[in-house]
Amino acid sequence: MSDFIISEIKRDHILKLLCEGKREDGRGTADIRKIETIVGCIESADGSARVKLGKTEIIAGVKIVPGTPFGDSPDVGVLTTGAELIPMAHASFESGPPSETAIELARVVDRGIRESGMIDVSQLCIESGKEVWMCFIDMYALDYDGNLFDAANLAAVCALKNAIIPAEQYGKGKNRPLPVTCTPISITSVKIGNDLILDPNFDEEMISSARMTVTTDDNGNFRAMQKGGKGSITRDDLSLCLDRAVEKGKEIRKIIG
Amino acid sequence: MSGHTDMVLVNDEGLRIDGRTAEEKRPIKIEAGVLSNADGSAYLEIGKNKVLAAVYGPRECHPRHLQDPTKAIIQCKYNMEAFSVSDRKRPGPDRRSIEISKIIAEALEKVVLTELFPRASIDVYIEILQANAGTRCAGLTAASVALADAGIPMRDIIPAIAAGKADDHVLLDLNKEEDNFGQADVPLAIVPSTDEIVLLQMDGNMTREEFDHAIDLAYKACHEVYDVQKEALKKRYTSMKEEVDSDE
Repeated sequence: MSDFIISEIKRDHILKLLCEGKREDGRGTADIRKIETIVGCIESADGSARVKLGKTEIIAGVKIVPGTPFGDSPDVGVLTTGAELIPMAHASFESGPPSETAIELARVVDRGIRESGMIDVSQLCIESGKEVWMCFIDMYALDYDGNLFDAANLAAVCALKNAIIPAEQYGKGKNRPLPVTCTPISITSVKIGNDLILDPNFDEEMISSARMTVTTDDNGNFRAMQKGGKGSITRDDLSLCLDRAVEKGKEIRKIIG
Repeated sequence: MSGHTDMVLVNDEGLRIDGRTAEEKRPIKIEAGVLSNADGSAYLEIGKNKVLAAVYGPRECHPRHLQDPTKAIIQCKYNMEAFSVSDRKRPGPDRRSIEISKIIAEALEKVVLTELFPRASIDVYIEILQANAGTRCAGLTAASVALADAGIPMRDIIPAIAAGKADDHVLLDLNKEEDNFGQADVPLAIVPSTDEIVLLQMDGNMTREEFDHAIDLAYKACHEVYDVQKEALKKRYTSMKEEVDSDE
């Protein structure tokens, strides 16, 4: 994405609007874009969701298969998260192995899901030390207009909430829903000049200096964070990010149910 | 970060398994200029962590398509030696090291005057010889000293340290047991002259109060690490001066 350049005119326009607390698409600095979700859209997956956050669109699919547990956790299921930024989604994305950006994206989403204990992995044991359910979450960006982090988190969370363990397919008893305990929601802000804006679109993301993602659980506790970008944030910025993560997290949980 | 263990990580007297109090960091030692080929280098120990950082550049940028006509780019490779952890680590980059390399490079970008070296690359190599929790912070701290040792113009040097939570106590600078069996980890790096945050991550489970407390502890410790970094650089240049003087 680094070879994408935003024109000076557009940059100045965005900065000028921000001075008045406005944004290109009419939002205020603390407004998130419209969220649309379609869950269960892929029959071949054990759980799936296609999520739109404004014009950013991501599809996430869950596959659950029996596998061997890790030696140090013989009766705990395995969770793996991957993300790909495919060329279809934006002219700046290239095919090939996952880029640094894609890896960071997957790991930040993974951290929110894992650390919040969203999936009760202790219920994914088939036979201790021998066999556990392995849950693979794969996310693909379909259309990129900024803030992949929150869109990917939403897609992964919606796909997991709708996932079924395909036990019958493997002769391991009755099919049952994946044990979900909570809904981790990430909220990302970026810094442009001295302003901190929520849910950036592509243009805003391109001219921003730093990014801060904060993931909360149902109780409003903090479960994962990631600062990104080449710029810095102040302690006051951080405080604002935390307040907004709690407040917006609540709102989004209501939307996605 | 399992949060479950029979091990007592903080005892009734508030002491940790290595005898530290909650607000105490592990002993830290930094030496600048430890390698001969690299343009700048540093060796750092914090507790049982042993880390080497080396800097090459500014030099021609490879691969060339990454060149930026307006400034130098910073490329960082964080790597763990196969023998640095209790189980042998499979050599080569994994997803964790790629993420860490990326956020360390981004943090350094804030302080290096990259605009002075258009089209060039400044390459930072971090090798974790022995790991005992907190290696990304140790690596970034050492890399800052190595950059300064290489004579690369910088606005400031970056200290980094983690705070976290174990046994329901907010603790500074988690060791391996506290990291493995603790409840949260918050690595932080700042620009000491402005107190801006250039690296911040968090995983685990923390309330707002606990998080704010952790950040307070990490901020204070970053300033202490900063003093150790400056001391290492001063020592490097005093010994260089002595060498030159004795040659004359």
